[in-house]
Amino acid sequence: MSLNTLTIAAARDALRKGETSAVELTMACMAAMDAGDALNAFVHKTPDIALEQARAADRRLKAGDAPDMCGIPLGIKDLFCTKGVPSQAASNILRGFRPEYESTVTRQLFEAGAVMLGKLNMDEFAMGSSNETSCYGNAVNPWRRGNDDTALTPGGSSGGSAAAVAADLCLAATGTDTGGSIRQPAAFTGITGLKPTYGRVSRWGIVAFASSLDQAGPMTKSVRDAAIMLRAMAGHDPMDSTSADLPVPDYEAALTGDIRGKVIGIPREYRLDGMPDEIEALWQDGIAMMRDAGAVIRDISLPHTKYALPAYYVVAPAEASSNLARYDGVRYGHRARLAQGDGITEMYEKTRAEGFGREVQRRVMIGTYVLSAGFYDAYYNRARKVRALIKRDFETVFAEGVDAILTPATPSAAFGLGEKASADPVEMYLNDVFTVTVNLAGLPGIAVPAGLDRQGLPLGLQLIGRPWEEGALLNHAYVLEKAAGFVHKPGKWW
Amino acid sequence: MSIDTATARRVAHLARIAVKEEDLPALARELSGILGFMEQLNEVDVTGIEPMVSVTPMRLKRRADVVTEGGMADRVLSNAPDAREGFFVVPKVVE
Repeated sequence: MSLNTLTIAAARDALRKGETSAVELTMACMAAMDAGDALNAFVHKTPDIALEQARAADRRLKAGDAPDMCGIPLGIKDLFCTKGVPSQAASNILRGFRPEYESTVTRQLFEAGAVMLGKLNMDEFAMGSSNETSCYGNAVNPWRRGNDDTALTPGGSSGGSAAAVAADLCLAATGTDTGGSIRQPAAFTGITGLKPTYGRVSRWGIVAFASSLDQAGPMTKSVRDAAIMLRAMAGHDPMDSTSADLPVPDYEAALTGDIRGKVIGIPREYRLDGMPDEIEALWQDGIAMMRDAGAVIRDISLPHTKYALPAYYVVAPAEASSNLARYDGVRYGHRARLAQGDGITEMYEKTRAEGFGREVQRRVMIGTYVLSAGFYDAYYNRARKVRALIKRDFETVFAEGVDAILTPATPSAAFGLGEKASADPVEMYLNDVFTVTVNLAGLPGIAVPAGLDRQGLPLGLQLIGRPWEEGALLNHAYVLEKAAGFVHKPGKWW
Repeated sequence: MSIDTATARRVAHLARIAVKEEDLPALARELSGILGFMEQLNEVDVTGIEPMVSVTPMRLKRRADVVTEGGMADRVLSNAPDAREGFFVVPKVVE
């Protein structure tokens, strides 16, 4: 077995036993990464940093001072600022930007001994569900429909992270999730993706999209790996005033595989008209697996579910329009070439027109509109009230004893790149229909691969947990993972 | 609520994004479509509901009002498209 196909847990154990070294593991991943250029997952490679970190990890392993992530080669989403390494959120407006500082998440991972192979493709500023808004071009899903060579999306916005993990170019990757950007690509590529509770992981040094919704999390080959990696990413950070000052438990220790007597809620509002019967069948399979494991299945209602997407598409663009105001051509990134007589307003307007892609421009303008005088109450305040109701729906079912909620992760399997290019933007937004409620309510959610569709593409189920109880959520996911027994890998064509 | 060309022009200017005059009608149609999708929110009874400020009820931490970092003008300016003599450089603002 090649080293790049290992899980974090298996690699950790092999490293500690001295069966392999961090340098060997890193070299295997770098070879896979270089052979995987057709996937367009890695957009900035950092082999020198990787080898230096791997050598340091080997010294720690030898000294017996090796945390779980020591020597584990990772891909890092381009949204994370990494010191001295291009970090441009897949946007032309940040072309050439090399941060002078390290994001808290990557700093913590590196301090735990993790190795960075490079930066991963994504939708521009994390705005997209197919990785088609990236300035680097599309990332490509390693999965195909049987023998059909149509290029499929790995999902988005963390599309490069999903493609890289599914294709074994790295052991795991960081992702971020504002409306489903970890869970949807994980489901599209047959991997595990966890969005923690809002505030569990520091947002400092992560390029901001919608600050009240953004949360970073692990994208991994197994639930156990998600547990291991989350522990290294999580924790209070004085640099992010919204990060929670709560102890970070040993999530791996929570994986007991025992969920007897736990109550799993099945929300009736997630049964959509026109949903493919394969998704419905997968969901029913998942319900049966949880029941067989001894859980109590309960039908529940989350009555405001249908309003989550419209509320999200007010709140997220509003916050984005404010966050992205900083890209003004003054402090970093792109500045447009100015004509004779152009003043500072023309500098802003030309810089932002050249630097932002279409979808980002669209969302900044929608956000500007809903925050503008006269519309603030009608759109923004109304959306924030609906958001409060969506959160209350979840609080009600949790108060009634529900431990976790099981839903499909996405309304379809991965679709073809370009298939939705001419569509109404709203059609693309519908990809997030099952995931976006979780961000609005600040809850933890995890996508677990659970089966294949008729064309041989992976499908995922989502579990939603109580706030701050990622350990219990991961344990539910662990049970689902074991019962589903998903071991499929994409056939290698790249 | 439908957005006309004049509104699209005003929104683009507020967002400081240059949009060509001939592209404004298409932009207006796109923005109208998205706003149409949001109109569903009007079906919800929000009487007596406070707009959400923070998803987790928390009191922001306080810290001593002291300088924690600084004295690194070179690093602050290192990514600027144009910087001279320790300053960001922009086109003339005041006549």
